[in-house]
Amino acid sequence: MEHPPVTNLAAVERQQDYVLRTVEERGVRFIQMWFTDVLGTPKSFQITPAELENALEEGMTFDGSTIDGFSRVQESDVLAMPDAKTFQLLPYLADGHPVARVVCDVVNLDGSPFEGDPRQVLRRTLERARSHGFSFFVAPELEYFYFARPDGPPGERPPIPLDHGSYFDLTTQDLASQLRRETVLTLEDMGIPVEYSQHEDAPSQHEIDLRYTDAMTMADTVMTVRMVVKDVAARHDVMATFMPKPLSGVQGSGMHTHMSLFDGDTNAFYDDGDAYNLSPVARRFIAGVLAHARELTAVTNQWVNSYKRLIVGYEAPVYISWARNNRSALVRVPPTKKGKRDSTRIEYRAPDSAANPYLAFASVLAAGLTGIENEYELAPEAAANLYELSPAQRLAEGIEALPGSLSEAVDVMERSEIMAEVLGEHVFEWFVRNKRAEWADYKSEVTTFEWRRYLTSL
Amino acid sequence: MVEALLLFPDPAPPALAQALDMAGYPWKAVATPQAAERLEPDDGWSGAVVCADAESEAAFALCRAVRKRDVPLAPLLLIVTADQLSELELREDLFDDFCVTPWRGQEMDARLGHLFWRTGRGTRPDLVEYGPLVLNLETYQASLVGRPLDLTYMEYELLKFLATHPGKVFTRETLLSRVWGYEYYGGARTVDVHIRRLRAKLGEEQANLISTVRSVGYRFGQSRWGA
Repeated sequence: MEHPPVTNLAAVERQQDYVLRTVEERGVRFIQMWFTDVLGTPKSFQITPAELENALEEGMTFDGSTIDGFSRVQESDVLAMPDAKTFQLLPYLADGHPVARVVCDVVNLDGSPFEGDPRQVLRRTLERARSHGFSFFVAPELEYFYFARPDGPPGERPPIPLDHGSYFDLTTQDLASQLRRETVLTLEDMGIPVEYSQHEDAPSQHEIDLRYTDAMTMADTVMTVRMVVKDVAARHDVMATFMPKPLSGVQGSGMHTHMSLFDGDTNAFYDDGDAYNLSPVARRFIAGVLAHARELTAVTNQWVNSYKRLIVGYEAPVYISWARNNRSALVRVPPTKKGKRDSTRIEYRAPDSAANPYLAFASVLAAGLTGIENEYELAPEAAANLYELSPAQRLAEGIEALPGSLSEAVDVMERSEIMAEVLGEHVFEWFVRNKRAEWADYKSEVTTFEWRRYLTSL
Repeated sequence: MVEALLLFPDPAPPALAQALDMAGYPWKAVATPQAAERLEPDDGWSGAVVCADAESEAAFALCRAVRKRDVPLAPLLLIVTADQLSELELREDLFDDFCVTPWRGQEMDARLGHLFWRTGRGTRPDLVEYGPLVLNLETYQASLVGRPLDLTYMEYELLKFLATHPGKVFTRETLLSRVWGYEYYGGARTVDVHIRRLRAKLGEEQANLISTVRSVGYRFGQSRWGA
């Protein structure tokens, strides 16, 4: 979890002592130092117990220029500073000698926070929430697919859903429930309680719902869950993917994110007197998120493929609106049971499972805070199913759409002051450059769609 | 089970309470010599920590009362400010050792450990056992039915606190101030999150070691009243 503003020296020493004793007592051979690049790819290097004490106190130097989004002009060396509170044995690697992981902050050699570190971006935004007295809680729902492991190199052919695979000794139902059981048990051993479900509508699609925590712990948790899901699948010769839209014609993998702000012990989104039980804080937060939704979409949906999920007809949001019980809306306010003030929350439905959770949580929070700080008015909720409105009706209602492509999303983001502020100059510039390059690569590719459509007819 | 330390003043200074909790010493806060008498465990106080930095008159009065008994209370660790050092003169019989504020948790721990060793009395417990759960406070290891539990630091501290106070109901605010001890981003909801994580690690069969007491907080193990 988070550092307190005043570091309690004795507590920090004790945490380090705890880590060192545990490594000794449990015979841990290697400690993985985890961090995340700007695109949300997990990165790690291993150290031995002999190096650990020094690493806890002074950090481990590594060359940042090899990491996406970490490169800078002059200095390339940075330090990985382990966050001792996140130290955890890895149950899924325990064959004989246990391996542990610790999540690291990336800092400059002089100890100042490194501006390219996504954890740093989120921490800064959480500080901003804290300056208003708020702590930010999130609970994401992660969707993903299981596919048969391809014979050749992955990506050469369309993925094969498990139902069509050739597993002679296990039915696909058995295999899926075995994967589910192992995944849930592994996550619980790591202290991550989950709810798990299988989708009926898309073949081999699964969903893991995470119980709320503070946003920093949750971003660390999302990284962990993605790794565990992939690892458990790989052990059964199955490929798990968080690709936003792996198959055309069925729904993609979203990361619907439930969010609330707490002021101490009080849910700042809850109001007894309001017809929807939404406080002015909640209304301004939603208004902020909606007003800046287009600007932050490049972060919550950061891949070319992300925009193939955000289309009409697959329970993914397209139009910028909010509603209580309308799954076509971008922001949904789930109904809560009477008296359940703590569970009053909003659900942001755009992010996909392949977003960088640190940057995605930070961006949505920053948009919401902007709404609170500037007392934005919330428009009335969307009454109808937005997909059924004609373009003229939508125009009359003032309902805008999310960006339709990565290219459009990056254009909007590049002009956004709030995105430059939340990401910081370093990440913002690198991100825009990287995404433009991705779009350029994509644009130069001739696709199956074009062959099918044009090759003979033109 | 080792008896409680007497701790002055009452209410206990939060940092001091937390340091003793972390070091694994049970304690009871006491404000007056009468309270020291009344609250004394059946087997006597195991020792005393008297913090004189705020109310020095009352603190020395308490020291005098517990040291002039037929069996003087020992060991007694006194905490004073640098300005109070001169007041220690001619009061040498009132304490066995002292710390100067700002004290460090590790120093407190070391001084108490040394005092207990010298007086030859029981030190703090190294093992906490409750049913299938065993905590080794020396090595920070927890095990359940002989199987080691892989806990994060805060999960371990929370479990240790609960397991050393079985049967007692704690509010989330109390757990936050006693276990975390300093201001925290998550507020009291942090406690709920960690309880959930602990229950997940304890597994389905043992998750009920920690029960939720509706609209109050959490309790480890059975209620003292058998409810």
